[in-house]
Amino acid sequence: MTDNLILLLQNPSFALDVVLNGLLAGAIFALAAYGMSLVWGVLNIVNIVQGELVVLGGYITFVTIGAGVPALVALPLSALVMFGVGFALYYTVIFRVIDKDLFISILATFGLSIVIQQLMNTVFGSDVRSIDTGLGSFYMLDGAVTVAWIKIVACALALVSGLALWTFLRYARLGQAIRATAQNPRAAHILGIDTSRVYAITYGLNGALCGAAGSLAVMAWTIHPYIGLPYTVRSFMIVVVAGLGNVGGVVAAGLSLGALENVAGFVFGAEYQIAFVFALMVLILVWRNWRAARRRTYLA
Amino acid sequence: MIDMFLDRVRAVPEWALLVGLGLIALAAPFVVPSLATQLAMLWLMVVFAQTWDVLGGQLGYNSFGNVIFFGIGCYACAVVQRDSGLPYYDALALGLLFAAVLALVSALLFGAALLGIRGHYFAIATLGLGIAAGELAAGWDYIGAGSGLAMPLFPGALGSRELFFYYVMFAIAGACFFTLRWIYGTRFGLAMNAIRDDEDKAEAMGLHTTAIKTVAWAISALFLGLAGGVAGNMLGFIDPRDVAFSGATFGVWMVLMAILGGKGTLWGPVLGAVIFHITKEFFWTYLLGWQRVALGLLIVVIVLYFPQGIMGWARARQQARAGVAT
Repeated sequence: MTDNLILLLQNPSFALDVVLNGLLAGAIFALAAYGMSLVWGVLNIVNIVQGELVVLGGYITFVTIGAGVPALVALPLSALVMFGVGFALYYTVIFRVIDKDLFISILATFGLSIVIQQLMNTVFGSDVRSIDTGLGSFYMLDGAVTVAWIKIVACALALVSGLALWTFLRYARLGQAIRATAQNPRAAHILGIDTSRVYAITYGLNGALCGAAGSLAVMAWTIHPYIGLPYTVRSFMIVVVAGLGNVGGVVAAGLSLGALENVAGFVFGAEYQIAFVFALMVLILVWRNWRAARRRTYLA
Repeated sequence: MIDMFLDRVRAVPEWALLVGLGLIALAAPFVVPSLATQLAMLWLMVVFAQTWDVLGGQLGYNSFGNVIFFGIGCYACAVVQRDSGLPYYDALALGLLFAAVLALVSALLFGAALLGIRGHYFAIATLGLGIAAGELAAGWDYIGAGSGLAMPLFPGALGSRELFFYYVMFAIAGACFFTLRWIYGTRFGLAMNAIRDDEDKAEAMGLHTTAIKTVAWAISALFLGLAGGVAGNMLGFIDPRDVAFSGATFGVWMVLMAILGGKGTLWGPVLGAVIFHITKEFFWTYLLGWQRVALGLLIVVIVLYFPQGIMGWARARQQARAGVAT
């Protein structure tokens, strides 16, 4: 462990490689976290099924690219299909838990995550899947830093999607309706906004964001059926750190988490990377609560 | 018809029910020896559901990570048995003691850190805790890392192993039931319910809410740790992710069983555990690989359509008889 740390400190170019690859992974986490932030802010639901939606989006891309669809088409296609999945999930399960207490929504989405995870395991098998886009790699500093082009593309696409989402929420009529519903659903309803449709579209939009994130994840990294929960926890952590409705904060927190996780994975060993993600979330919550306790409030 | 049945159930005095169930439980492994391990698993499920309900039902704090204390118990007992060099039964007793103490102490520590957090933050923090523990155990060489730990061989005659662990598990389930039954009737039990109903008011009334929550969690951890130590020996092998810190099976089941039976009641979790375990054993084998999909669907359906559980349903049906003014 200390050996790895020393190695990292003595080779700045290698450290740059680890951090840079982590940052680029963080863009995908940020994309999934926008969705969670949206659902949390508008529907007041902590969506435990988030990570499974990401992985499902990845599998859709895996299948479509396997069938010969070009990658540039596969990504929007995956987002579109996942919009439908999110829409369908809303009208089957999610609309029933909106006005129930938080525990019900957490457990119901947790149950959904088990269903989707196991269905993916049955349909696609438990193998680790990935797609080679054939874009090659990008070298810096005489080859000491290697970054696959697809990761750079993925990062750029994630940032563009974030910007598009922000613009949509701020200027489009529907985006304004979503924000109005988030602020005060009753008042929005009185003013003629069909709030249940807004909820459905918001959840569908979350599905689309997850679909895009999963699509990028399968192209730039790997997926398997059981990797969903770490994505959920990462999204949750990012939203907790960034705060609700703060797109810029989500990007910053997502990129930092990616870099931190990659460095930790290198220093402690890759087998502890998942443990690090979960332990970090617990520590962040404990720290936030400790801060809140000093102001005589609490995290709830 | 249903009301008549419920009336009849209600008319049975509790001591008669306890004595009857106790006699059946004591005789069961002799009547059907082949099912001894299955029945011991049933008692394990009862411990799971009851201990989850301490926080989930009585305190209103929904933990997804209680399985961590079970896992700590598994490993603590196994390590003592492996390294102490004592004869089998002495090592087992010492191991169980260590398991219980370690689970209790870790619950006090985790409780002090986490139980100031409320609502869904707490639920997700415990979810993270449980999985982080499993991943750490899977990487720690001293406790066998990812390949797990094999337990020492039982020294008794063939077939006596199942009986022995059946009675030990039954004793733990019984001790757990009576301890909780006693606690729920004390002032401490009332304080727990006060926190569930309105934590701010409870705090304003001078209750040390975080201390009460932590002690309650420690009590449930104590029994989970003991059950973990015994379960490890009963199963003969501890895998970090699939046995000890198995969030996807034990961790989910304990929540489901408590809700199915009716959370916040003494008998609800027991009833839920018995019904869940029996249906699971009967139907699971016919589902051929779709068990976990079915489990997920079951969670969704129960949470959406039956969140009050069997006891809650019976209580709502017979409000007047349960002493609620209508």
